Amino acid sequence: MSTIRILASDGLPAFLSFLSQKHQRVLVPVVKSANKRSVIFEPWRAGMPVVLEKATVPPKEAVLPQCETLLTYKKSKNQEDLGDITVSLDDTPEALSTAIFACRPCDARGFRVLDRPFLNGLFPDPYYKARRESLTVFTITCSSGCNTCFCHWVGGGPSSPEGSDVLMTKIEEALMLQAISPAGEALLKDCDLPDGRDIFPRAEAARKAAWASLAPAPDLKQAPQKIAALFGNDDFWQSQTSGCLSCGACTYLCPACYCFNITDEGDGFGVHGGRRLRSWDNCMSSLFTHEASGHNPRMLKTPRMRNRVSHKFSTYPENWGTFSCNGCGRCISNCPVSLDIRAIVLAALDNAG
Amino acid sequence: MPVLNSKELRIVGFLCNWCAYGGADTAGVARAGQPTDLRIIRVPCSGRVDPLFVLKALLEGADGVLVSGCHPRDCHYAAGNFYARRRLEVLKRFLPVLGIDDARFEYAWVSASEGQRWQHVVTSFTKRIHAMGPAPHFDDAKPLLRVADMALTALRPLGTAQNAAVNELKQVIKDKLPELNCVIGWQQGYDGAHATPLFMKTPEDVDKLSWGPFNVMNPAVYLPLFKGKKTGVVVKGCDSRSVVELLQENLIKREDVIIFALPCEGTLDIARVNEKLGRYTRINAVAYDEAGVTITADGKEHRFCMNDFAQGKCYGCATPMAVLADTRLGEPHKVNPVSSVPPELAMLDDMALSERMAFWRGQMERCLRCYACRNACPMCVCRDYCVSDSRNPHWMSQDADINQKLFFQTIHALHLSGRCTGCGECQRACPVGIPILALRQQIARAVAQLFDDYKAGLNPAALPPLLGYEAHEKNIHERDWK
Repeated sequence: MSTIRILASDGLPAFLSFLSQKHQRVLVPVVKSANKRSVIFEPWRAGMPVVLEKATVPPKEAVLPQCETLLTYKKSKNQEDLGDITVSLDDTPEALSTAIFACRPCDARGFRVLDRPFLNGLFPDPYYKARRESLTVFTITCSSGCNTCFCHWVGGGPSSPEGSDVLMTKIEEALMLQAISPAGEALLKDCDLPDGRDIFPRAEAARKAAWASLAPAPDLKQAPQKIAALFGNDDFWQSQTSGCLSCGACTYLCPACYCFNITDEGDGFGVHGGRRLRSWDNCMSSLFTHEASGHNPRMLKTPRMRNRVSHKFSTYPENWGTFSCNGCGRCISNCPVSLDIRAIVLAALDNAG
Repeated sequence: MPVLNSKELRIVGFLCNWCAYGGADTAGVARAGQPTDLRIIRVPCSGRVDPLFVLKALLEGADGVLVSGCHPRDCHYAAGNFYARRRLEVLKRFLPVLGIDDARFEYAWVSASEGQRWQHVVTSFTKRIHAMGPAPHFDDAKPLLRVADMALTALRPLGTAQNAAVNELKQVIKDKLPELNCVIGWQQGYDGAHATPLFMKTPEDVDKLSWGPFNVMNPAVYLPLFKGKKTGVVVKGCDSRSVVELLQENLIKREDVIIFALPCEGTLDIARVNEKLGRYTRINAVAYDEAGVTITADGKEHRFCMNDFAQGKCYGCATPMAVLADTRLGEPHKVNPVSSVPPELAMLDDMALSERMAFWRGQMERCLRCYACRNACPMCVCRDYCVSDSRNPHWMSQDADINQKLFFQTIHALHLSGRCTGCGECQRACPVGIPILALRQQIARAVAQLFDDYKAGLNPAALPPLLGYEAHEKNIHERDWK
């Protein structure tokens, strides 16, 4: 049996402080109060109040920042021959060893979705790799389902261990910590928390209760083929996306979306030099498909949303054998017009054509 | 020597080629001594100075910005400075809401022959900036989080519109449907506590139409997409103002839009409703009564009284019924418009400049740049051609820093000068709850102060104030620079 520890609620700061000794940053969910309250992952500092809620924004930033500098460059001219320009580059990946504390199983599975294209392809991404290899994920299992969640439709569940190093389950006022990966095993062995083997059955019961609270899931096995077959059916996509505003809220809140844009800023001369930036991009934006010729093959929101749904439920599964949607439901609950990706997928399954 | 190491401050000057730049030249030729803090950018006309130039300078580290051009009624072209005067005055009244001292920005009229006046203007402005010292930066502020007080009294009784003539309206829409491309309205969303837009094309679609406090989305946002196709739209009072504003700006044609209206009794602040509901698996029931809604989720009852859970904009709303409509069914409550400060803005009014800067620092940090605010805005008709997406010129860095994020909000707010109807969709759409509506509210307040209490989207025939000018502005006074 894997290592199991118990963390009393008053022991949380001490445990986070232990984690900060092992990592350069520990990301924890904190409340940002405003008229619309949100929960965001932030680097932990002593005294910071932590909430064990599902975050509004997933901790994807830990491996794929909103914007990162891929390289900096400096150009200098030879004063004897002004056409002779020397370029110097620095492309060392910036990677802080990071622990994520209390993300949800859907968030942890998101890292697995990102791993495939970034690490398992022909060319592993060195920036992603550096961050991913120094990442430890502490996941807290969900105690119940939620009206917008559908993790169990897509192969996950409220206590799915996929992508986590340590799986935690809340039992009354304490947390049960269960090591999943060798890294998690090592960390739990190293910490001074008491053994929790005797409460493991209670945690198991809590996890079972969470599963029992879920509404039955539809069978999505046919989704990849069905959605692929609908590619040219404009009427279908139009009727499904008429309310879409073509903003990027769904994409940027998705733990499994990983598209990015690369921009060179600064001409490289002078003291500041220049930087090549990689920043989040989304298939809802016009720039996403804007070609150098000026032509844009996706001028309407319909093919943009079709791309989003197809990628998650058809093309990604074709390439990697699993959906690139973890059913976290953030795109539904945060959509300004309450567009529901579940409804689109179900409509595609129902579609006779 | 780099500017920062000397005693100089960074002052950026945007000077009209024909007057102020000539004036600076005249001063130079006359060997009139001037402070050397000013960095001059020559522009063809003060009308060319987009307020964004000024904001970009201030956000990226300028300690002061001076715009100067020809005297009013003396524009080298015709009316460039008249337009500039209105824009710059609105900008001046906008800066404090961000936490930027408006004294750091000034505009002045100097002709090409007025070398002495130029010397005087630039000397006194530089003195003023030196007296204030280097400008504080958003990056250095300590984040401050504060929540607006939503315990408000509405101008009219808020309710759930139980007696609205929805069935009659459905019949009217069905009758009109054959001549329309579609009719935009609302239907139940993914559960009974959330609505989603409805695009009615068939009588069966019309049967799905809902009317009530969950209809928060503004359907006017879709109208410009249907340009040239005759489209119907069901509106709340606030939505109708967006339709009117689109008409004022010729962005849609009156003959292309059929407006259906019912009296609105207020809509719910879904963010606060969601917060109270918490995590739930399913909604069992949604029961309406005169004063509110009771939502039963996972067997637990939650009561939402409209007076406590309405959207901020509903409390001060004076247009429960559409201001323009082809079909109006029902009578709204009488409302006596009272000038009041919206709650989000009132919160900022109570803060010192440094606190406002800290506030925006704390709020904008979590912005994801998803542009839901922009895309949910019915007045943001540039869509795919937004300045934020422009690469040539490269207006905004892709950097995820607070200055860039705030810069976009100021772009949005300033582009809404005299156009924003205060529908609040920008703020409602923000997935991380940044209270950005306050910036638009401040712009609307400045416009109302300057242009005889002008409010956008009330009269389809009215010219939006920033699209026009008066040779003698009633409320904009020349600075005398004495």
